Amino acid sequence: MSKFFENSDLSRKEAENIISDTLQKCDDGELYLENSKSESIILDDNKIKNSSYNSDLGFGLRAVSGEIVAYSHSNEISKNSLKKSSDNLKSTLKSAKGNYNYAIPKSNKSYYENINPIEQKSLNDKIEILNNVNKYLRSKDNNVKQVTANFLGEQKSVEIIRSGGETLSDVRPLIRFNVSVMLEKNGRKETGVYGIGGRQSYDSYLRKDNWKNVCDEALRIASVNLESKPAPAGEMKVVLGPGWPAILIHEAVGHGLEGDFNRKKTSAFHNLMGQKVASEGVTIIDDGTIDNRRGSLTIDDEGTPTEKTILIENGILKNFMQDRLNARLMNTRSTGSGRRENYRHVVLPRMRNTMMLSGKQTQDEMIKSVDKGIFAVSFGGGQVDITSGKFVFNCTEAYEIVNGKIGSPIKGATLIGDGPSILKEVSMVGNDMMLDPGIGTCGKAGQGVPVGVAQPSILINKMTVGGTKL
Amino acid sequence: MVKDQEFLRKKASYCLGLAKKFGATSSSVIVNNSVAETVNFRNKKLDESNRSDDLGINITTYIGKKKSSIFSSNLLNDNLNILIEKCVETTKNTPEDEFNCLPDKDLLAKEVKDLNLYDDTNIENDHKIDYLQKLEVSAFQNEKIINTESSFTQNKSNFILANSEGFCDGYKTSSFTASSVTVAKDEVSMERDYEYSTKCFLKDLIDPEELGKLAADQTIKKLSPKKIGSEKINIIFDKRIAKGLLSSFASAVSSSAISRGTSFLKDKINQKIFSDSINIFDKPDILKGLGSRSFDSEGVKTDTLKLVEQGVLKNYLIDTYNGKKLNLKSNGRCGGTSNLYFENGNISFKDLLNSSSKSLYITETIGHGSNIVTGDYSVGATGFLVENGEFKYPINEITIAGNFKDMFKNISLANDLEFKYATNSPTIMIEGMVVAGK
Repeated sequence: MSKFFENSDLSRKEAENIISDTLQKCDDGELYLENSKSESIILDDNKIKNSSYNSDLGFGLRAVSGEIVAYSHSNEISKNSLKKSSDNLKSTLKSAKGNYNYAIPKSNKSYYENINPIEQKSLNDKIEILNNVNKYLRSKDNNVKQVTANFLGEQKSVEIIRSGGETLSDVRPLIRFNVSVMLEKNGRKETGVYGIGGRQSYDSYLRKDNWKNVCDEALRIASVNLESKPAPAGEMKVVLGPGWPAILIHEAVGHGLEGDFNRKKTSAFHNLMGQKVASEGVTIIDDGTIDNRRGSLTIDDEGTPTEKTILIENGILKNFMQDRLNARLMNTRSTGSGRRENYRHVVLPRMRNTMMLSGKQTQDEMIKSVDKGIFAVSFGGGQVDITSGKFVFNCTEAYEIVNGKIGSPIKGATLIGDGPSILKEVSMVGNDMMLDPGIGTCGKAGQGVPVGVAQPSILINKMTVGGTKL
Repeated sequence: MVKDQEFLRKKASYCLGLAKKFGATSSSVIVNNSVAETVNFRNKKLDESNRSDDLGINITTYIGKKKSSIFSSNLLNDNLNILIEKCVETTKNTPEDEFNCLPDKDLLAKEVKDLNLYDDTNIENDHKIDYLQKLEVSAFQNEKIINTESSFTQNKSNFILANSEGFCDGYKTSSFTASSVTVAKDEVSMERDYEYSTKCFLKDLIDPEELGKLAADQTIKKLSPKKIGSEKINIIFDKRIAKGLLSSFASAVSSSAISRGTSFLKDKINQKIFSDSINIFDKPDILKGLGSRSFDSEGVKTDTLKLVEQGVLKNYLIDTYNGKKLNLKSNGRCGGTSNLYFENGNISFKDLLNSSSKSLYITETIGHGSNIVTGDYSVGATGFLVENGEFKYPINEITIAGNFKDMFKNISLANDLEFKYATNSPTIMIEGMVVAGK
């Protein structure tokens, strides 16, 4: 058990009593305690620009009655502070008359080790790698004008105390290593970005000289972009490469399948359960159980063990992603998808590792079948309007396809599509499913959480490409 | 209640003392506390209440030209001891950077002007509920509205910024925010739109009925949208979107982007980057202004800055570190702009709409399509087709694209500037952008 009550005038027993008292007539709720330590080291413009360390401690007390959520959080773990939060919750839920649901599933499985990645590699070692990154990139190509590289490491300990005193806990490591390089040639500047990460120690990713691969990839993307010409504008066929481009799946359908939007009927998918929402051969899952992945969780932020949830099976909509609140109101069970950025936020149903599974075709077949279109290999961010279903994402590496052949690289452009119909436009699913390198953060209602995505190459019959060339 | 100045000052000086004791040659610290209370409504019923009490401390320690920093939300003295010792230790092991230093003493703010940024009024949750009820009843007047989510937040903050050069100041601020997101439906489509209002003073906040009606009307107008073909067209940016172009401009003239060479506006100082009539100001001392401040996040005094004059770039946004790198003095923009705005144009909103036979009026963009390095811009958009000054029909699933370098030179402004956000723009028209649709 963690030491949340060690330096406090509040004992664990007293906290349990306040929790049980607060949640008496509520349907659900808990005290969520969190202690996170994180470190960031940045190299920029030939220097170590910053080294910083965060120590964040706090609690969030939540009470749920019917559809109403009352939440209060503070940094001070003290008797006075918890009492104040409890009073605040009670004043919102004056007329609560629910029955607390004590049941919560159990599992002994764990998907990452209990380690503190920050302490596992010394500051000097990390600084040395960053300096080597800088030297390596600048010596490799004379056009390199700027290099930014950084390490982000975190260890987050959480504890969930439910009414009656049941306690669930988890310790979550997370690291990320990122390289960004800017090239300048003939007055033109372009950037390339690449990174890796997950819930493991730095050395699991940086064995031998693996950091060089990250540099090479960032440099390759920047070099491609230096030669890029304006992207076309208009509707055309799009081939997506495997791996990270799956943020299309995340934006186009993932968010629309989160329980809250469907309970509230604001998602374009809310009345499509059991219906065909994608081409045959399209299967999409959301999986929190893959070892050491960025989006994996042993338990979610309500204490429910995570699972592999089938969202769409062979084109048919099978499940939404649920937290306890939305599951109860929709008469189903939590899929272990209740997440929050930290103790400052309420739980929402969120994605973990969202993946489209492999099909039978090859990427080659896809490219050959396209007369005029684009081949998109890497993306920056994406965004979706849940209600209208329209979503976008931004290419950071893409090529035109002319008469079945890959042509010149094209400038970064936004692609826009319609979530509910895009999966019906998928006409080929590749046999080359790949996980992303472990760098994704998903934003919803002002909360960012680490996620993963995966997909094989896919061919989409029709999408609008937001270039400038008519 | 938000913590008082006395408490924050004590913590700040405790930290500065510790940093010195552990061997820092100089240091700075920010202690802040913010208490926010939010009530959310959905479909005319209470949905969520949320109280947050956030306390945090940021400490930066220097040993000569070496620097490191920590953040902690645990302000118990025992914990601060451990963290500050660790911070100084890390500082020792961090390589030197010749530009690391505290701000020049003569640039530090000498006085804190009262900018009227704090309203002592406390609005109880019952009153928030009352406001939201009125708002949602108003939003539901039209039967096409099928879902509403509204929110009311009161936020009170206090902070102290102190450094080892003797600077120690801070002040309270408040904000009251009401917002409404509505969903409308017809036979063809389901659409969402929003409206919100933030003010320093409760009494300045928009009436709930008006807010609800605005959100609902804007949403209903978007129903049954069409997709148009790809073409070159004049784009009109609604004020709520137009301010985003100003934010992109601000990122491109930040001293950090300039000194690193990663801005499309590098080396453009004293050159013409906008059309002739364009003036851009950053004014920190607007009374009750949402971006107002007495000094920047390093304690440097802030004066009004004319960033663009008659289309010519006159100033960058400079902090201490990047200023030293560029051999320029900080102009108090560590942490970004304050109240940034385009000065009004010469023609009315109506004349702007009428100025071309066909244009696209954009009310929302999605995606992160602004590239500050190249100036390339490409985003998803929704809006309306405008012909001869009249709104014809809603448009969606399109993208608009261009390059800021060209876009800035083709800007015309209406004369309808209002100070609704921290960054504000009148309605903008940009000639000759490319829309991608069918």
